[in-house]
Amino acid sequence: MSDSVRDKVIAIIAEQAVLEVSDVKMESTLEELGIDSLGLVESIFAIEEAFDIQVPFNANDPSESDFDISSVAAIVTAVEQLVADQRG
Amino acid sequence: MKRVVITGQGTINALGQSVPETLAAFREGRCGIGPLDIRDVDRLSIKIGGQVRGYEPESHFNRQQIALYDRFTQFTLLAAREALAQSGLDFCGELSLESGVALGTSGGGMNTLDENYRSVYEDGKNRVHPFVVPKLMNNAAASHVSMTFNLKGPSFTVATACSSSNHAMGQAFHMIRSGMTRVMVTGGSESMLCFGGIKAWEGLRVMSKDGCRPFSANRNGMVQGEGAAIFVFEDYEHARARGAEILAEVVGFAMTADASDIVMPSRQGAARAISGALRDARLTPEDVDYINAHGTGTAANDKTECAAVADVFGPHADKLMISSTKSMHGHLIGGTGAVELLACIMALKDGVVAPTIGYDEPDPECTLDVVPNHAREAKVDTVLSNAFAFGGLNAVLALRKA
Repeated sequence: MSDSVRDKVIAIIAEQAVLEVSDVKMESTLEELGIDSLGLVESIFAIEEAFDIQVPFNANDPSESDFDISSVAAIVTAVEQLVADQRG
Repeated sequence: MKRVVITGQGTINALGQSVPETLAAFREGRCGIGPLDIRDVDRLSIKIGGQVRGYEPESHFNRQQIALYDRFTQFTLLAAREALAQSGLDFCGELSLESGVALGTSGGGMNTLDENYRSVYEDGKNRVHPFVVPKLMNNAAASHVSMTFNLKGPSFTVATACSSSNHAMGQAFHMIRSGMTRVMVTGGSESMLCFGGIKAWEGLRVMSKDGCRPFSANRNGMVQGEGAAIFVFEDYEHARARGAEILAEVVGFAMTADASDIVMPSRQGAARAISGALRDARLTPEDVDYINAHGTGTAANDKTECAAVADVFGPHADKLMISSTKSMHGHLIGGTGAVELLACIMALKDGVVAPTIGYDEPDPECTLDVVPNHAREAKVDTVLSNAFAFGGLNAVLALRKA
């Protein structure tokens, strides 16, 4: 389960960053991967569609949102938690 | 160059269905934002807006008119009636040929689009009402104003997202100043509070679920509004010759493009528009007493706008007043600059500056005097009205006391 969440999130981020999946490291930040604010909103949309979840994210102040986007690993962890919470 | 004055104003928005009702709300710092009453609101995550309440189209228009007038056109016509009645102008003969209409809207007939897409996609119908196209087109409101009031000069609609109204009023100003027209009916209208309209905005994740708090540290996004405001711009000599009451003078206008990002605002682009308007009006920064801010309540806008104002005004930035009335009527997108011009005229004419309501916590990045929560009496001779649109298109108007 958690491997598949990780793989799917990485695939989404890689597509957004126009990178190979192998170039997206767990410790990478979105900034390092070249994903700007619009790319971030698109990535979150893709994550919501892929996992059928609602991501609590406000683009006004991403650091204040409940959803941690500080690194790829943080996003994977947050998505795993949301999948567990929202799928019951 | 001709001088340009304002001799009529009209509105309908979440704060009231006339100018006096709206100005009373500005003075009281009343909030017009509340729960949305629209179809399928339960499927939206954003459920608030600055909606026009208690509005019955049937009490203003007949059945044939309603078949042709989208909500944004209805709002425009009601505001235009009020503005033209105040101006006392009657368009016939030469004056009719020398008078036009310049209006702003972003979405045009969004409710008409929403209803008819629903009808063909969701309900599976294969036939729509014959007037869908003339009802939804962005220029419908401008055309109906020209037809209703017999305005036969240059008439058109400007669509530059959140700057639409300011761009339209700027064009109206230029056309009278250059002598191309004698009178322009100008302003803007928006009616995007429908399921599709809100759903699209939800996608950007810049909308607040609980309120519009511009410049306050605890702000969390914008809130949409709807409505219209319409003004009569007139050649000063023409207005004076007929003894018209002059509400204010339009003295400058500037527009710039950021040429950088489709949604993120630019400090330089905003600052260039503000300083351009001052230059066009032959004003110095120290002349400006009040700025009606774009002030959307998003972090991106509010910080950028405050920085741009600081750049242009230097030490005077701390002496002028700057407020965002979007905190009360919401963001009317293509109609917003028009409704906000009402607050500018109120400051010049009545000496009352409309507040930024919902202001809870100071933000170190927005330290200007935002006239928090309560309207203020002040002598105001010169004002600016800012609009900074998605797409990086900026438009700033300068007005002076009549």
